[in-house]
Amino acid sequence: MTTPATTSFQLNGKTLTVTTPPGTPLLWVIRDIAMLTGTKYGCGVGQCGACTVHLRGRAVRSCMTPVSAVAGAEVLTIEGLSADGQHPLQKAWVQTQAPQCGYCQSGQIMQAASLIRRFPHPTDDDIDSVMNGNLCRCMAYVRIRQAIKLAASEVQGAESHA
Amino acid sequence: MRKPILIAVVALFLAGCVGLSWRSAIAPQAPPLASLFTSEQVALGAQMAAAGNCAGCHTAEGGAAFGGGLGLDTGFGIAYSPNISPDPQTGIGNWSEAAFARAMRDGVARDGSQLLPVFPYTHFTKLTDVDLAALYAFVMTRPPVVAIEQTNTIRFPFNVRALQAGWKLLYFEQGVYQNVATKSAAWNRGAYLAEGIAHCAACHTPRNRFGAENSHSAYAGAGFDGWLAPPLDASNPAPLPWTQQDLYDYLRMGESERHGVAAGAMAGIVHGGLAKLSDADIEALGTYFGDINDSAAREGGAPAALALANSRRSIDAGNETEPGANLYLSACAACHYGPMVKPPAVRSSLALSSAITSDDPSNFIQTVLQGVGGADTPGPYMPGFANALSDADVALVASYLRRTRSDRPAWPDLTAAVAARRR
Repeated sequence: MTTPATTSFQLNGKTLTVTTPPGTPLLWVIRDIAMLTGTKYGCGVGQCGACTVHLRGRAVRSCMTPVSAVAGAEVLTIEGLSADGQHPLQKAWVQTQAPQCGYCQSGQIMQAASLIRRFPHPTDDDIDSVMNGNLCRCMAYVRIRQAIKLAASEVQGAESHA
Repeated sequence: MRKPILIAVVALFLAGCVGLSWRSAIAPQAPPLASLFTSEQVALGAQMAAAGNCAGCHTAEGGAAFGGGLGLDTGFGIAYSPNISPDPQTGIGNWSEAAFARAMRDGVARDGSQLLPVFPYTHFTKLTDVDLAALYAFVMTRPPVVAIEQTNTIRFPFNVRALQAGWKLLYFEQGVYQNVATKSAAWNRGAYLAEGIAHCAACHTPRNRFGAENSHSAYAGAGFDGWLAPPLDASNPAPLPWTQQDLYDYLRMGESERHGVAAGAMAGIVHGGLAKLSDADIEALGTYFGDINDSAAREGGAPAALALANSRRSIDAGNETEPGANLYLSACAACHYGPMVKPPAVRSSLALSSAITSDDPSNFIQTVLQGVGGADTPGPYMPGFANALSDADVALVASYLRRTRSDRPAWPDLTAAVAARRR
């Protein structure tokens, strides 16, 4: 089954139609066809989290997700998280100076975005269990944890003032 | 002394089979005009065909629907499904309604030959006249597919069609479903669907050495295509019993927050088949199976079982240096983190999954290798790890979760078990 197949899906709110071999990872479609290079290639086997995007609102590893599996679905990448780069997590990332080299951060932020939706007041345990699969070889984990808590508190503050 | 008697008995049995098996052909007729059927009939037939997953067996991989040609490994050789589209030459276009009804109810083809019981007429015999007529209307109004039937590779003596008559004497009870007077209307509706068109037992009941469902262990669970069709009776090993509500959630949406999601063949059955049934019918299936699995009597233990399952998350902290834990935390836990007080339906707590508490590791291994869901499946999605994890890695994750997410004994020979299930 290597005959190219056509797949359509929503990428950051716009319809994208691509013709690829059916096993092509979503990651290559995002980076090489849609040219959105904010999503990174790390390990290619779902062991590091650098390629995390949202599929139907949930964090998934795009390196392991064949594009054929997202037909008709909504995919969100770091570029689509906020129109102006001002998502509470992105602001908190800047404020805490979370990244060191920065390679893993788009994956970290996408995973964290799904975390703070599910855990509005995340504890250290919550953060550890959800973020455990997102590796940071610069060991910025302490600042990443701070940034997540900061962003979660901003979301809560915004909601209580709304 | 005894030998001649034995030979005589066997000869008599065989002669009896040949005699019993003889059925007259039903004359071919021109394909019926679509105008003979009402649109209500066709719509009801579409529901029935979906509930029975007819296309699941009667469509070759990549082939036209109902054109047949899918090879089914029966354990006695490969049986290829016949073309049941209304093409008069290669399908069943020249079958009258009587011929169709005889095949469904008695396992006899239009030409009078015996059908193999891999075709579950043992269940379809329970269908009412109305449903059977609707199914005929639906099938006869599908696009005809020209596809010549492939030759089965069923071994001797199982390929001798006359012997099917003997098999029927032993294992086949003909007749439309009869309501059980002591049970509710919903229960009886559920039983009618489950035992009839949906033929749940065909996968979920173990078979004897002649390929018949073992009536003494109905719904005790059985292997199917490298997966385990889990027990649907009280022996189901899920930590929480499957209540009527759980069964409804699973059969309607493909996900139950107390159990997990439909995977493997069952995902297709839920999203592609049962999706066409009404809510009332799905509730009825839940009522039936929620009763025969004795869930009400077992529900008392559920809060404690849920608390225990939820407490198992903390096990991972402190185990990070163990290879299985490490793999689990990187590859699985980013999604299967849990649990909240109320576990999420998708990405459910693995400690609630019967894939881990079953003594057969098939469903765990298959789910890891193949993933869940995919194109246009409106439901949960998990990528397959077949190309990402080695046999030994899958085995490490399996044994780690079995140890930390259940109280059951370790699975033996896991690496070989993974290798055997790779396609």
